[in-house]
Amino acid sequence: MLSDAMTDWTPSADLPTLRARAALLAALRGFFAARGVLEVETPLLSAHATVDRHIDSFRTADGRWLQTSPEFAMKRLLCAGSGPIWQVCRVFRREESGRHHNPEFTMLEWYRPGFDHHALMGEVAELVTALAAALGRPPGPEMERLSYREAFRRHLGLDPFSAGVPQIRAALAAAGHDAGDLGGDDRDIWLDVAMSLAVGPRLGLEAPCFLYDFPASQAALARIRRDDPPVAERFELFWRGTELANGFHELGDAGEQRRRFEAEQAWRREQGREVPPYDRNLVAALAAGLPDCAGVALGLDRLLLLLLGKDSLAEVLAFDSGRA
Amino acid sequence: MATVSTNEMKAGTKLLIDGDPYSVIDNEYRKPGKGQATNTLKIRNLKTGRVLEKTLKSGDTIEVADVEDKDMQYLYNDGEFWTFMDPKSFEQIQAGKAAMADSAQWLKGEETVRVTLWNEVPLIVYAPNTVELAVTETDPGLRGDTATGGTKPAKLETGAIVKVPLFITEGEKIKVDTRTGEYLNRAGK
Repeated sequence: MLSDAMTDWTPSADLPTLRARAALLAALRGFFAARGVLEVETPLLSAHATVDRHIDSFRTADGRWLQTSPEFAMKRLLCAGSGPIWQVCRVFRREESGRHHNPEFTMLEWYRPGFDHHALMGEVAELVTALAAALGRPPGPEMERLSYREAFRRHLGLDPFSAGVPQIRAALAAAGHDAGDLGGDDRDIWLDVAMSLAVGPRLGLEAPCFLYDFPASQAALARIRRDDPPVAERFELFWRGTELANGFHELGDAGEQRRRFEAEQAWRREQGREVPPYDRNLVAALAAGLPDCAGVALGLDRLLLLLLGKDSLAEVLAFDSGRA
Repeated sequence: MATVSTNEMKAGTKLLIDGDPYSVIDNEYRKPGKGQATNTLKIRNLKTGRVLEKTLKSGDTIEVADVEDKDMQYLYNDGEFWTFMDPKSFEQIQAGKAAMADSAQWLKGEETVRVTLWNEVPLIVYAPNTVELAVTETDPGLRGDTATGGTKPAKLETGAIVKVPLFITEGEKIKVDTRTGEYLNRAGK
């Protein structure tokens, strides 16, 4: 029996916010239509899942998986000759819940053949400006571009490509953050913690800020440029300390993609985590040939939250997970 | 040993860390899109009152502190201990000076107070947010100065000293906010 005291049927967003959300979606369609980018829809439910070590998928009763991003299916379309494509869809991530997280959220994702990550950052900036205008927000100051390395130097006083675990821990402690031993001897986890606690919150305070050229160990699905040290051609967008988007100059090497998937699976196995099957269709598609392209995923709920000056994701979702 | 996971910790959850009881004030989940998720807890040490921040890996667990809040009746003070009674079981417990802290000066007896118990021992005694007490000592008010907001010290029946408006006289009952120690208004007869 439902208890009245426990039932809250009302929406978590107010009506003006839902109208702004609809205006945002309409502006989005206009933006891409004007640029000749094709809107597509791909399956939410798949036989495969991400094996990213820090992203957990929902598994359905029949053994399939809800997508955490439409990236695999969209890349298969690119390999099949789709040309530039975009999609807005729901994605699902287990255990992600908080002020800026909801286990299901709306992702905007698009791919641009012939673009590298710098060219795509330019288009992301144009999109954010266009969507802000659609909601009646004035264009802000010019967006900054900062390398991952420069951001860590500026806000934590260390070089993220060479600093060891003790140095990162010491810098965090000096900045007043007690993270105990949470990262152990895993340098990448310590870099993530430093990003969450000390660097990220200081990015994009005036205007949105792009962070680019990540450590190769955090390449995900980006190609690696053989600099010294090597860097992943990956970028993120931060605004008022909140991460809004993640983009890659996309990895097109099927063998390298398979090796990365297998390495993530091995890490998961070692940690006693669930090990989903990686997407063999993607590897086969890459073997057939991915056009040189860049792609980006942007959290639309968070963008709406920032454009409207709201505080929590629940305020921009008709019903947050607590009311779903 | 009961434990609680980072995603179950809410404001008010009681944790045992390094042997001390803590109360969660705030729990912020953070996660880089492709990185390690963390929970940053803002916690208050229930013994010292100190507030600190601690970041954990999401999904980590911490032992729950056996801390409970109980409404109890204040009976008497023997000079060293303050004695309280559970109004349901009539069981009596004693609180020392550390648990009483600033609360002792507002209690005269009979009132119901909130007591935080840790392993069934009083850890903190909270005076009611407001109390009504009689003024036992204060200087006479100054003539012609009733509305300009001047104040003077007054001693209350429990021994507490508060600043009161100049028009308050000995024997009057006043209402005081125990959280700030400030005079609120004259209390009804």
